Amino acid sequence: MIELDNVAYSYGGGELFSSVTLSLPPGSFHFLTGPSGAGKTTLLKLCYGELTATAGQVRLFGQDTRSLGRDDIAQLRRRIGVVHQDCQFLDHLPVAENIALPLTVAGRDGAPEDLEDLLGWVGLRRQAGQLPPELSGGERQRAALARAVIMSPDVILADEPTGNVDWDMSQRLLTLLIELNRMGKTVLIATHDLSLIRAAKSEVEARVLRLKDRRIQAAGANL
Amino acid sequence: MEMLRRMLGLLAGDPQADRAVPPTGFTARLTLMSAAAMAFLAVFALAMSLATGRLADRWSEELARTSTLRISAPADQMQAQTAAAVEVLRTTPGVAEARPLTAEEQRALLEPWFGPDLPVETLPIPQLIEIIEEGEGYDPAGLRARLQAEVPGAILDDHGRWREPLVQAAGRLRLLAWVSIGLIALTTAAMITLAANAALAANAQVIRVMRLVGARDVYIARAFVRRFTLRALVGAAVGTVLGLLAVLALPSTDVAGGFLTGLGFQGWHWLWPLTIPPLAALVSFFATRQAALRSLGEQS
Ligand SMILES: Nc1ncnc2c1ncn2[C@@H]1O[C@H](COP(=O)(O)OP(=O)(O)OP(=O)(O)O)[C@@H](O)[C@H]1O
Ligand SMILES: [Mg+2]
Repeated sequence: MIELDNVAYSYGGGELFSSVTLSLPPGSFHFLTGPSGAGKTTLLKLCYGELTATAGQVRLFGQDTRSLGRDDIAQLRRRIGVVHQDCQFLDHLPVAENIALPLTVAGRDGAPEDLEDLLGWVGLRRQAGQLPPELSGGERQRAALARAVIMSPDVILADEPTGNVDWDMSQRLLTLLIELNRMGKTVLIATHDLSLIRAAKSEVEARVLRLKDRRIQAAGANL
Repeated sequence: MEMLRRMLGLLAGDPQADRAVPPTGFTARLTLMSAAAMAFLAVFALAMSLATGRLADRWSEELARTSTLRISAPADQMQAQTAAAVEVLRTTPGVAEARPLTAEEQRALLEPWFGPDLPVETLPIPQLIEIIEEGEGYDPAGLRARLQAEVPGAILDDHGRWREPLVQAAGRLRLLAWVSIGLIALTTAAMITLAANAALAANAQVIRVMRLVGARDVYIARAFVRRFTLRALVGAAVGTVLGLLAVLALPSTDVAGGFLTGLGFQGWHWLWPLTIPPLAALVSFFATRQAALRSLGEQS
């Protein structure tokens, strides 16, 4: 699904990471951890084509991102659901329309019942008509997760999806993601929350990757 | 045709997609107002081009088909020379009719300068003969040669001398009117491009989010293009109606008299201004599309 081959990313301030090789096979479940500022969000941006690697090759569904135009990337993003760390909503549209936005821009009409179900699934039925800035942090993250899965994507990339929610809610969101993985979706969750990873390990066979000191490594059993 | 269908489809639109871009009061008003103002000006430029076109046609038509023969002779020879001239003209190919003006007509011609009750008969003024041409007209050089031999006091004025510059002036005015219409279209395109760029810049974050959820460039551009095209259409329609009302309110031809003969629309020419709003929409369509696709290319 997504493959990174010896990838490096540098910006004006220097090299953030290098020699990152990683593969997300279909149906796999991965966690990405590491200290704040290690480059987890940046790595995810490489995975959905918002940034371009400064070295190495990033392949999305077998295609080298460097050979893709903007419209090709847009097309691929319909198969990759992303929960952004900062959510990224259109603040002038109600939550329900924000969640349905991927369908809208793809020119598809989702069934209204499906949207209703999805809203119920993330516990946002009541807030459907509100504007994103009026929601609490946790509600926004649930809305972001709902938007990420509405296209029934092959891959779900979630950047700190439980950053602003309490333990119960984070368990529920995790259960949702595990559910999606059981339906065959490829899942990658970036998080600092080690207890979340521990909770997941009992439910699903998850690999944990750690981004640290500019390198990526598989984390051992001792989280 | 394909373009037209795309444009119509665009105007029918996708209200859902349209909502993704928040309404911007400022650029909306700017576009509406400039489209209205430009359409108003376009109505006048159009009226001007049509009126000067009519004027040029009429002048060249009238002047080309009439000329005057002037006979200056001592009073006792006037009658004889006039008769001789009429005879010459009667036998000239290309002359349909030659008619000496009556004393009343001559008096009417002089009245503006000398007032009524001028005793024309007793004054040594020339006799005028009006010549109406037919077909290709006569050959002025040949006619002059014959007249010189037979009617020494005759001077042929075929209007050629002053016809040309008049027709030329009318033609020039018409050209200027068309240049104005072109400039108005260009200015409209420029203003709409500016407004569209302002809207695109103001919505950079919206565009970013739409991209993140998989929107393609044309889709994003369409939301902007549709808006600006509709606004230009509505604004231009308002401006056109106001312009037409203003043209209608112009003083009538008789009052304005002479030169300004009918700055306005006549007959089916009233249909011409109706093309202004759709043309404004077309200009806006391409201007916004161009601006949007370029700016989306840069923002990548
Ligand atoms: N284009 C850039 N210009 C300047 N700094 C950048 C750029 N790209 C990344 N960085 C820096 O790289 C670092 C990594 O950022 P990133 O958001 O990927 O970290 P993260 O691991 O997601 O952190 P957190 O856990 O806090 O979300 C940050 O210090 C950021 O400032
Ligand atoms: Mg981050």
